[in-house]
Amino acid sequence: MQQAARSTIKAAATNDEAIVQVRGIDKTYGDIEALRNVDLEFSRGKLTTLLGPSGCGKTTLLKIIAGLVPATAGEIRVNGRVVTGPGPERAFVFQDFALMPWATVMRNVAFGLELRGVNAAERKRIATHYIEEVGLVGFEDKYPHELSGGMRQRVGIARAFSVNADVLLLDEPFSAVDEQNRRKFQEDLLRLVDLEKKTFIFVTHSIEEAVYVSDRIVLLSPRPGRISQIIDPKIDRSASPDDIRRDPGYLNTVEEIWDGLRHYVD
Amino acid sequence: MTIFGFRVPMMASLIVWAILWEIVGRLDLIFLIPPMSSIIETGVHLVQTNSWQNASIITLRSFAIGMALAIGIGVPLGILMGRFKAVDNLMGLWVNMFVSAPLSALVPVLMILFGLGETTVVVTVFLFAVWIIVLDARAGVMQVPPSLIEMGRSYGANGWVLFSKIILLSALPEILAGIRIGLIRGVKGVVIGQILVSIVGYGELFELFSRSFEMESFWALTIILFAAAMLLSALIETFEKRIEYYAGAR
Repeated sequence: MQQAARSTIKAAATNDEAIVQVRGIDKTYGDIEALRNVDLEFSRGKLTTLLGPSGCGKTTLLKIIAGLVPATAGEIRVNGRVVTGPGPERAFVFQDFALMPWATVMRNVAFGLELRGVNAAERKRIATHYIEEVGLVGFEDKYPHELSGGMRQRVGIARAFSVNADVLLLDEPFSAVDEQNRRKFQEDLLRLVDLEKKTFIFVTHSIEEAVYVSDRIVLLSPRPGRISQIIDPKIDRSASPDDIRRDPGYLNTVEEIWDGLRHYVD
Repeated sequence: MTIFGFRVPMMASLIVWAILWEIVGRLDLIFLIPPMSSIIETGVHLVQTNSWQNASIITLRSFAIGMALAIGIGVPLGILMGRFKAVDNLMGLWVNMFVSAPLSALVPVLMILFGLGETTVVVTVFLFAVWIIVLDARAGVMQVPPSLIEMGRSYGANGWVLFSKIILLSALPEILAGIRIGLIRGVKGVVIGQILVSIVGYGELFELFSRSFEMESFWALTIILFAAAMLLSALIETFEKRIEYYAGAR
């Protein structure tokens, strides 16, 4: 399997449509080695998922790509430029939503634009558009504590879309959302991916979620995190959500990933 | 509270105690407790006297100056301690020592340093109030959720913008809680300071009334002071509740 993974990485490396390039990333926290020599490319306009058992460093890798956490060695390139910190071409969606409790939904969604010095009228126009797109019309003047968990994450997603970044980084965005809402979210996410034509890098620990939403799945091994397998699910996305979940390709991919991960879980 | 199906307002218990006091006073058991009615009567006269009005102005002024200093120094110091480890290491020991120290014992030393006058009272108010304000501001800044800071950074905030738009606002509920407790401690500070200095403001009046056994005036003044302190605390609490609403469920 290791052999197969290597050849897939080679194949990915020749893809010149890569928008995000990860080269030889190591990360150590004191004595703990979180990531070891990670090489990876993310294709433009695709949704790539980083999947792995907890503690495999998938969130760390995402935060290194975001420029929020410095790597110990290696470099990240986005649109060919080396990443030294956060930048306007990347937007982040947080696991715990990271909404400002003192600000309304409108102000939270527009916050990225506010920091970029966009004027108030323009901010409002853009934010209104994305509030509508994530289905929060009527909640513009509510505060985060008046919303359910699922609605809060919609605010986080609308905020990330508003800044019109090329790459959206989503750190387990649905893990704090209940199961029914999570399914709805996954369907909505696919619709938004189709609508917005952006590059998505998605971190999750749910195999079903990964297979359902991803164009490509990168499996990471436990600490120190390395790439153990890359899988491209062949699933017809134009089918209805229920048909996708019953699709043999979908079920087989879930099985395949579970076989790859099984020996890590014990 | 309801009694026999009637809703009784919160402050009703005060009336019960006042009546009990009146009875004990009328029985003339000890001279320390005159009837409540004559205390109230004396109080009404007291607030019309020049000496009470002057004492009130001096007291309010000492309190206001002392509190302004405590807030003006305490909040920034607490924020610095929360943000910079070096400042925290340098000041932490002192703040933690003073916040629980019996500060009344220091007032005689302050009298030597600042003289028998308003300055000593101002310094007493400051010392009573400032430490808890520092500690709460520090805690507020340290409790800002890390993901909120990461959110700010990921959308391009840095330095001052990150501080003013996220850290400060996120710490605001704790800062205000510190100021509320600080104000209550400040009231204690102004009274203790004045009583120990005993020639300024209410301290002078307390000294005068107790030395000449004017118990009605003594109690009237005490009740006025207690009521003022409670009113102040209630005022800040309403303000705080409105802020907390925006700060939401944290």
